[in-house]
Formats: sequence, C-alpha cells, structure tokens
Amino acid sequence: MKTFIGRTLAALLALGSVSTALAEQFDDGLAPSYYDTFKGKKVVFLPLAMSFDLPQVWAKAMETQGKRLGYDFSVRDPNWSSDAGAQALTTLITEKPDLLVVHNPDMQVYARLLQRAQKEGIPVIQINLKSVATTDAYVGVNWYEVGLHQAKMAVDACSPAAGKSGKIAIMQGTPTNPNNAITMTAIEDTLAQHPDIKVVSSQSADWDATKAHAVASTVIKQNPDLCAYVGLWEVMDAGVAAAIREAGKTGAIQLITNGGGQKPACDNIENGTFNGYVSYDAIGQARDLTDAIAQVLQVKAKPGSQPYGIYTPIKDISRETMRANSCWTMEDVAAAPF
Amino acid sequence: MSASQTEQRRGGFKLTQENIVFFIALLLFIGFSVLLPGFFDTSNLLSLVQNVAILGILGIGMGIVVIGRGIDLAMVATMALSTAWTVALINRGFGTGEAIGLGLAFAAAVGIIMGVLVAYVEIPAIFATLAMSTAIYGFGRLALVDLDVIYLPDNAIWLRSISNSFLGVPLPVIWFSVLAILAYLFLRFTKWGRYFYAIGDNRAAARITGIPVRPMTVIQYLISSIIAFGAGLITASLLASVNIRVAQSTMVYDVILVVVLGGIGLSGGKGGVRNILVGTILIGILLNGMTILDMPFTMQNIVKGTVLLIAIIVDSLANPRDEQTAQQGDI
Repeated sequence: MKTFIGRTLAALLALGSVSTALAEQFDDGLAPSYYDTFKGKKVVFLPLAMSFDLPQVWAKAMETQGKRLGYDFSVRDPNWSSDAGAQALTTLITEKPDLLVVHNPDMQVYARLLQRAQKEGIPVIQINLKSVATTDAYVGVNWYEVGLHQAKMAVDACSPAAGKSGKIAIMQGTPTNPNNAITMTAIEDTLAQHPDIKVVSSQSADWDATKAHAVASTVIKQNPDLCAYVGLWEVMDAGVAAAIREAGKTGAIQLITNGGGQKPACDNIENGTFNGYVSYDAIGQARDLTDAIAQVLQVKAKPGSQPYGIYTPIKDISRETMRANSCWTMEDVAAAPF
Repeated sequence: MSASQTEQRRGGFKLTQENIVFFIALLLFIGFSVLLPGFFDTSNLLSLVQNVAILGILGIGMGIVVIGRGIDLAMVATMALSTAWTVALINRGFGTGEAIGLGLAFAAAVGIIMGVLVAYVEIPAIFATLAMSTAIYGFGRLALVDLDVIYLPDNAIWLRSISNSFLGVPLPVIWFSVLAILAYLFLRFTKWGRYFYAIGDNRAAARITGIPVRPMTVIQYLISSIIAFGAGLITASLLASVNIRVAQSTMVYDVILVVVLGGIGLSGGKGGVRNILVGTILIGILLNGMTILDMPFTMQNIVKGTVLLIAIIVDSLANPRDEQTAQQGDI
C-alpha cells in the first residue's frame, strides 16, 4: 500500500512538473527538443471564412494544440473574399510567421503568393483544397475520390440490373470551382463505365439551396422515374431534399451528397433526407492538420523542399452503416485532445 | 401631351416595355409548350410560379420603393439576417411566435433606419442602402448568428407548414398572389399609395402640395423590409434552413431585374404590380424552360442577359428618351 501511495504521489508530482515546467521534461532523447521546437512559434491560419463548420473545427484544433505546445495561434478571416485573402497573405509574408496554414478559395488565386512565402522562408500547409503550387504539406480531401464514391453509390442504387430506372440527376455548385470540376470529372469517369446509367439533368445552382430547389423541383416533375439525385454539397442539397419531399418522393429518389460530417448530416441520414453521404470527417482532418504542423515545425526543412500529402480517408455513411460516432459536434471538437 | 397621344395610350396597343416583355414571355411560353414535352403541364406550371414566388415577393417590395424613386439594395441582407436570427432564436428555445416577433422587429428597425437615412439625413438611396446592406450583414454575423447556415428545428411545425400546399397549389404561390393583390389595392386606391407615385414623379412638387414626403419615404423602406422578412420566412420554411451568405450574393440584382424588366423605371413614379408580375413570369418561364432543356450554367446566363438586353433595346427604340420623358435624377 505504501508503495502504491508513493507511486501515485510520484506520478502526480511528475504530472505537475510537466504542466508547470517543461524544462524538467523527462529526457528520452527527443521530448525536450520536441517541446522546445514550438515555444514562442507563431502559426497563422488563413481560412475561406470562419462562418462555417470546417474552418471552425480546424481552428479549434490548432488553438488547442497551440495552448498545449506553447505556440501562438491566430486567424486572419477574409470572409469569402479572395482579394482580402490575397492581401492578408501579402501582409503575412512581410510579418514572417513561423508557419502558414492556408485554405485556398481556388487553385490559382494564391499560387504565386504561396511560392513567395516559401521563398521568404515561411513553411506553408494547405488544407482541403490544393493550389497548383505544391507546398510543404497538403492536408485534406481528394475531391476526385469524393466524386468516385458518390457516383458508385448512385450506380449501385440505380442500376437497371437491380430493376431500377437507371436515371440520375446531378446538382452542381459552381462549375468553375475546382472542387466542383474535380468531383464532376470523377463522376463522369465512373459513369462512362456504366452506359446503362443515364444522366437526365446536370445543372448548377451556385451552391445556393434556393436555386437547387427550383431546378430539382422542375427536374423531378419532368422525370417521374428519376432514381437518384447526386448533389455536390450538403448545404445546397437541402434545396434538392425539399423538392423531393414536396413531390412526395422521399425514399423513391435517393439523395446522395457530401460534406464534413457534422451532426445535422447524420440527423438527415437518420430521417431519410440524405440516403448516401460521403463524409470527409472534418474532425479527423483536424488531427491530420495538427500532426502536420508538429511535423513541419520539427523537421525544419527548407520551405517547399520536401512536400508531402495527407489525404483524408473518407467515409461513406448511409442509414445502414451509420454508427453513434459517424458524425461529430462542435462540443466533441472542443473536448478532443489535439 | 397632345389629345391624340392620350387617346392612343388609352385605346390602342402601345409598345411599352411591359407589353414588349409580356410579348416575349408569351412567345417563349408558346414555344416551350410546343417544343418541350412536359412544359405545358399543370404541375410544371405551378412549380414554375412557385420557383419565382420568392423573387416576385421581393420584387413587389422593391417595386414599391422604386415607384417612390428610391432603391433598396439591402433587401436581401435584411431578408437573410432577420430570418436567420428568427431561426437561431427558435433553436435556442424561443417560441416560434416570439422568435418571429423579434425577427420582424429587427427587419422593421432596419427599414426605419434606412428610411431616416434617406429621408432626413438625405443620403442618396443607392448609397444609404448599399452601406446598410454591409452593416446589416456585419452586425448580424457579430451579434445575431455565428454560422452561415442555420437549420430549422423539427419542432417548428407551423413555420414549416407555411410552404406546404393547399388544394394542390403550393402555398408560396398563394402568398405571392395575396401580396400582389394587396400591393395592387394599396398602390391604386389608398392615399399613401398615391403619395408614393407623386413623390416618385416629382418630389419637390409633392412636397409643395403638402404631401408628408419624408415620413412617406420612411414608410416605403419599412414596407420593403417587412416584405423581405416575409419572403425570408417562406424560404426558410421551404428549405428548412437559412443561408446568410445569400446576403452577399447577386440576388438583389435579380430582384431589381424583375422590377425593371417589367417596366417600372428606376426614375420612379411609374408602373405598378402588373409590371412586376410580367417581369417575374418572364424570368420564371426562362428558368424553367432552360432547366428542362438541361442547358449549361454559363449558357443560361448568356440567354438571360440577352433577353434582358433585347427588352431594353426594343424599349429604347420604341420609346426614345426626350426632354419630356427624361427626369432629373434618373439612374
């Protein structure tokens, strides 16, 4: 018993010393230098905007990690304006933070600035949409893979071989957006191998649920035997869902969409609004991102000299495959260790 | 205006912009009915009107302001943020009635502030409302809602039901029709409605004749803001969600397009509800037909732009501007 109490005390003391004085870190040959690496470093995050789930998750994770490891974390929010983002990036290059985490609005707009940042000695991690410029790390989804998964779900659900009509419709966002274009390429490539599947409509709704509703309600009336709707973003596809509900075709028309896997998505899968959902699991991406930060800051390679990628393992969720932990909430993110 | 001209306007067919647009709409309607299977079908025609009902409702609000020679560029921002706040409040556990009351109060406050800026501070409407649009969005993001997309909870049952259908007719179509009739009666037969025309036609003269020009201007913006809130509630009900990013989209230009296309001049004092209906229906027919044709996105924009240009060109050829028709302050 005595030894037990003694050990517990020792463990508690050790814990206390870890949180108060990292300098007294147990030296396993790596830990002291690991913790030293992050002290006083400056990490800046440039999102698309802070008003939707994905950047909020990533930022929360970096904030948590920053507190744990002692680096300074800040966000420059351009609120959907790529001009404001480019300006922020230009200013940041002169401010010389120790690491930039950039969420690209498209593949071109920041490309030269990202290269300039690396030339000035600032390492850059890109998240969820890769620019044409390759930087120290890319963490995020492979949009082509998202398209493949969605197309496969539609083919499986609608194949005439299974007695279905084979008619599907696609709801695009903005065709010029790279994630839209890449996902569409994957869908077209998949469908090219399945000539029995017919695309009766492939329209764009500009990521706007109202427009998606208008288009889908017309398409559904024109094609009474429509089997599935493939939408490229869950928020826009709320409009498609409304059109399906209005037509009384819930369940008859499969709605297949994608998103970051926040709780409302699973609610919608549960209540039959979404029938197939390709999740890129933003909370998993957050862990990948914080790991990449730890790696880039430790390795200290010349910025841009050793680029690598961590492509998100995506998960397909349907009512059958859904589990209690398939989706996450902001509370989960706040409580998670990073 | 000579006696013969007056006669011509009353009796014979005149090539006004409204008639031109109506004619184009009719042509498209006949063309699509013949060429597109499934276009001339009751359910498709109902969904055609439903799909432009929100645009039409906003158009009526905008029309009332434009007739008084104003413009409300903040309409979409007001719509998005007031509704988003309402839905956010419901999510926080407020009763639906309370939440709608607060959202309405917010929209009304926005309308009154804009009206005061335009009428009393005398800032040109285009700048005052443009600035307000940004201010509303910024304030909303800061103080009212913290996410772009807010979902309507399942328990907001009667708010969900305002976009159902009644006897097979989608309720948004009915709301649009009711509002159109009310706006028609208001503009045509009430004192305030006639004041709006007088103010839009000649503000100085209206003032000299004793019309309370400034309070009436405030009322115009109050009306457009309240209509915007109503349009927002119907949208939220239909989509079971509100997306405040619409405040930064080009939707407000679509609303102006509907108003101007129908023939309500931005110089004010002219036109009525009929013009807005004609403009709305043309856009509805175009969008519906192009969707059935599965026309690519960029092509649709080209077609929309071209039809608008044709309408304007024909109008300027048929009704050339001269000293009599041109007004000071014409945009």
